[in-house]
Amino acid sequence: MKYLEEYRKPEIVRHLVQEIRAITTRPWMIMEVCGGQTHSILKNGIDQILPKEIELVHGPGCPVCVTPLEQIDKALAIARRPEVIFTSFGDMLRVPGSREDLFMVKSAGGDVRVVYSPLDAVQLARENPHRHVVFFAVGFETTAPNNAMAVWQAHREGLRNFSILVSHVLVPPAMKALLSSPRNRVQGYLAAGHVCTVMGWEEYEPIAAQYHVPIVVTGFEPVDILEGVLMTVRQLERGEARVENQYSRVVRREGNRPAQELIRKVFEIAPRKWRGIGEIPASGLRLRPEFRAYDAEVIFDLGELQVEEPAICISGLVLQGLKKPDECPAFGRQCTPQTPLGATMVSSEGACAAYFAYHRQRAEEVREGAEAGKAADA
Amino acid sequence: MCLAIPGKVIAIYEQNGLKMGRLDYAGTVNTACLEYVPDVQIGQYALVHAGFAISVLDEEEARKTYAVWDELVRAAAEEGTDIFGMPFEKSPPG
Repeated sequence: MKYLEEYRKPEIVRHLVQEIRAITTRPWMIMEVCGGQTHSILKNGIDQILPKEIELVHGPGCPVCVTPLEQIDKALAIARRPEVIFTSFGDMLRVPGSREDLFMVKSAGGDVRVVYSPLDAVQLARENPHRHVVFFAVGFETTAPNNAMAVWQAHREGLRNFSILVSHVLVPPAMKALLSSPRNRVQGYLAAGHVCTVMGWEEYEPIAAQYHVPIVVTGFEPVDILEGVLMTVRQLERGEARVENQYSRVVRREGNRPAQELIRKVFEIAPRKWRGIGEIPASGLRLRPEFRAYDAEVIFDLGELQVEEPAICISGLVLQGLKKPDECPAFGRQCTPQTPLGATMVSSEGACAAYFAYHRQRAEEVREGAEAGKAADA
Repeated sequence: MCLAIPGKVIAIYEQNGLKMGRLDYAGTVNTACLEYVPDVQIGQYALVHAGFAISVLDEEEARKTYAVWDELVRAAAEEGTDIFGMPFEKSPPG
C-alpha cells in the first residue's frame, strides 16, 4: 500500500539501526508516549534490534488503559438501561470495570454496539428517535475533533436523543507530570504522531526547553520509529533539547487548525483522573456548558461510584514507565489478555498486552516456571 | 486508539451538511468525513482516523525522505554487508 510499504523495508531498518549504533556512546532512556508505537515496537521487535545502551520505556499513551475505573463503571450503568443504545469503539468492550465489562452487559441483554466513527452513533440517533444513543468518547487529541463533530452535528440537527460519555485526556500535561516526578528516568521523548497531526507541536517546545529533553514527533511504521530514535539519540549525544518532526509527511507545525477550532468550540480544558496515575490538573476535556445537554453524565446523573482496583495489578507503574510489564507478579499468570486484571492487558496498545503477544516465549517461560514451582511445592 | 491509515480520495460528496469522501485503501473502499481537510482534492492521499480525514499527506515531504533512503541503500550496497555482517540483499530502490 502506498505510503506504508516504503516504511517497512528491512534494508532501511538495518541502516537506521547501524546509524544509531554508530552514534551511541552511552546509555539513554527514551519514552515512546503513544500506545500505538508501543505496539509497533514490540510487534516488529524494534526493542530487540536496538543497541543495548538504548532503552525504550513505554508511556501512558493508551486511552483505553488510562480511562478511570469509575468512567468504565458509569458506562456499564448507562449501557444496562433499556432505553439506551450504547455505542463505543471496539477496544473499550473488554476493559474490566469493578465487576464486569461491556461485553457482559451486552450478553445480559444490554444494547451495546461497536461503531467505526462517532458519526455512526449520530446516525443511530436519527434512525431511533425513541431510544437514547450514547457514545463513549474516549481518547486523546487525535479522537477529540471527531467526537466534537458528532456533538456539533447533533446540536445542529436538533437531535435530543444523543449524548456522549466523555473521558478525553491530553498528552502534554501527562508528559509534564512524568517529567516532574522525582522518579523520572526519561531523557528523551518520541511524541505521538497522530496527536500532533491534530495539535501540531508548538505546545511541546516549552516542555523541551523547561525539562531539557529532546522531543521528536514520530510516526508508526518501523522506519518511522527507528528514525525517531535516531533523531532523539543524535540530540541527546549533542546535549540538545529541541522539538523535531520525523513525521513530516503527515504532521505540520501548526497541526490541523479546523480540527482544533471545533475542539475548542465544543470542549473545555478540565482536570482528569488517569487510571493508574491519579488526577492530573488541566489534563483532559469536558463539554462546554452550552453543550451540557449532550453530556451523558448530566443526563443520567450517576453520582459518585465506589470502585475497586485489583490490588496485585501494577498497571499504574507500567503506564508511568517505572516498571516493565513482565516485572508484575500477575503477568502471564492470573493476568492474561483472556483474563485481564488491568486495562494495560486489555487493549492491544497496552504495554502488558503487547508484551504478552510478542514476548510470548518469555511469557511461556514464566508460566512453565510457575507450574514447575507448583509441582515442587506439591 | 490513535490508529490512522493513508487512503486515496476517489470521490467527494456532501451528506447531512458535511463534506464526505470515499477513500481507497489499496483496494478496500470506505467513507470518511473530510470537514477537517477542506482543501483536499480527488487523487490526493489523506490520513484517516476513526472515520475522519485528519491530514493530507505531503507527497513532496515523502519523496524527500525516499531520496535520502535511496542514498542509504546505495551506500549499503557498496559496503556489501549489513550491521549483522550478512551479505546485503540488493533491492531496487523506490
